[in-house]
Amino acid sequence: MKLHEYQSKQIFADNGVPIPHGRVAVTAAAAKEIAEELGGRVVIKAQVLVGGRGKAGGVRLVKSPGEAEEIATQLLSMQIKGLSVRRVLVDETASIRTEIYLGITNDRMTRRPVIVASGEGGVEIEEVARTSPERIVRVPIDPFLGLREYQARSVAARIGLDRDHWKAFGQICLGLYGAYSRCDATLAEINPLVITEEGRFLALDGKMLIDDNAMFRHPDLAELRDVDEEQPEETEARKYGLSYVKMDGQVGCMVNGAGLAMATMDLIKSCGGNPANFLDIGGGASSEKVAAALRIILTDANVRSVLFNIFGGITRCDEVARGILNALRTVTRPVPMVARLVGTNEEEGRRILASAKMDTALTLVEAAQKAVTLAMG
Amino acid sequence: MSILVNKNTKVVVQGITGREGLFHTEQMLEYGTHVVAGVRPGKGGEWVAGGKVPVFDTVSGALEATGANCAVIFVPARGATDAILEAGEVGIPLIVCISEGIPVQDMMRVRLFLDQRGVRLVGPNCPGLLTPGETKVGIIPGHIARPGSVGIVSRSGTLTYEVIHALSEEGMGQSTCVGMGGDPVHGIGFLEALELFEGDPQTDKVVLIGEIGGNDEERAAEFIADHMTKPVVALIVGQTAPTGKRMGHAGAIIEGGSGTAAEKMRALESVGVKVAGHPNEVPTLLT
Repeated sequence: MKLHEYQSKQIFADNGVPIPHGRVAVTAAAAKEIAEELGGRVVIKAQVLVGGRGKAGGVRLVKSPGEAEEIATQLLSMQIKGLSVRRVLVDETASIRTEIYLGITNDRMTRRPVIVASGEGGVEIEEVARTSPERIVRVPIDPFLGLREYQARSVAARIGLDRDHWKAFGQICLGLYGAYSRCDATLAEINPLVITEEGRFLALDGKMLIDDNAMFRHPDLAELRDVDEEQPEETEARKYGLSYVKMDGQVGCMVNGAGLAMATMDLIKSCGGNPANFLDIGGGASSEKVAAALRIILTDANVRSVLFNIFGGITRCDEVARGILNALRTVTRPVPMVARLVGTNEEEGRRILASAKMDTALTLVEAAQKAVTLAMG
Repeated sequence: MSILVNKNTKVVVQGITGREGLFHTEQMLEYGTHVVAGVRPGKGGEWVAGGKVPVFDTVSGALEATGANCAVIFVPARGATDAILEAGEVGIPLIVCISEGIPVQDMMRVRLFLDQRGVRLVGPNCPGLLTPGETKVGIIPGHIARPGSVGIVSRSGTLTYEVIHALSEEGMGQSTCVGMGGDPVHGIGFLEALELFEGDPQTDKVVLIGEIGGNDEERAAEFIADHMTKPVVALIVGQTAPTGKRMGHAGAIIEGGSGTAAEKMRALESVGVKVAGHPNEVPTLLT
């Protein structure tokens, strides 16, 4: 789960990381009020869960409360990469002397948290990694011991900070690690972390990703989820315990198992079509779940055909077939469908579908070819 | 021969009284697996699966009474971290965790804890192990597999079944099928499985099933180039997956432009591994 900048920065502040004074506003009038409190000169930042807000014109510097109101009005009516701006963050401005990148993430290869820092802040770290990888410092963290002060000092020295700043920088690193570990984050990132002309550190921008597997022990974070920022189908799918990702093709697909779902999508592509979605109904799917999955697939107006690919192990093919039939009763849009059911109770499953005159296939390749042909026709 | 598990493996099932635990205990018994004990705190002294399997309150109790040398875990995510640690601490040498949804920060500590004790872990979020004709520890449907000489290691579940099924249909049996799971931090990976298959006299060829996310496949390619004499065929899925979206498995995500299927396929092909376009192509490439 992604958190907004304002949410991430609040968590950082709660863990001792200095952030600019500021608040989030949902109306232009509120933005004006906050600007007045902060003395007029403020930065107004659109809160949407995509990168590249600055380039899209979503981050604006203003000189007065009146201008703040005007710009907030503009931002609150704009879309960035297809997402409507529903909130703006109004922050005090800072005079920047140095920009630093600082992040903590999970390193899959070493199976440890890693602190990543660079003296080249303010640009995307992937960009720095491409252009000047030698300017990125990475220090692995022992998951039992956590980040230690000496490690933070070594990071400070290696990104070229003056000795005067080591202590304050170290406190920020420890605070960021606290936020990362307390929230079960998979990423906690400050970019840029700046040193102001007055020599003060400030986290100007912040980003956090939270491990979905850990949400059960963070009910407070679960409340921060912004469903407005998701595809409505993805929100709906989560309600039913389905894993759904919308794509832009014409062949809808419903598969049990994530790997098999990806294999099915790849095959649709190599047969000359394009998948409309990823959808994993999981193991032992009930007929209610299957019906919900089909409804979700068909809400996508681009879908021209649907492919069911079920490899029955724990999942029973007859149960899935019944779910498909149930779902078909509620479908208002006639879309051709192909089913390929193999494994536990496959014959019963095929018989049920044959009674509904649904096209079936024996192999995955045959099913994909049929579904692509139907989508083209 | 086979790897990791065989007909002498004695299994303790953690979370044996749950719906999944009980169902798969019965499936394992039917396949011939020696399920010697179950664990469910608070239900010690009961018997389950038609009175065939004794239940203990703790793993150490089960170990003392039965000499189990492998634990399989069906405990739901909230308790699964503890279940792995409990089995690891009392000295069960091989732990297979089927449960899905363990937080990744927990897994980083679990792996370190197990590594320090020399305990092997398979999973989590995996279908487990199957040595056809001998034993299954997990949930891979036994009837689709045949004993033979192809070793399989995979990050996936049903996709693995699809490949096993395709191989069996073509008369190619399997030595051991290893479902290593779809989480970003996991136990046994491609490297360990390849090394074990290389040393296993029963295994002649190996199938590696990978997907987007991380760089396990790239590291496997390096290992194959340096250490494998047996032929390896690969299947990599997720060519159509968009960047930054998690495709079902917690570990299946292209991040910052890396972890794509194309990179992985290139890495494997560059060391002479044949890469299949879909599951049914795997048997063809093995011949």
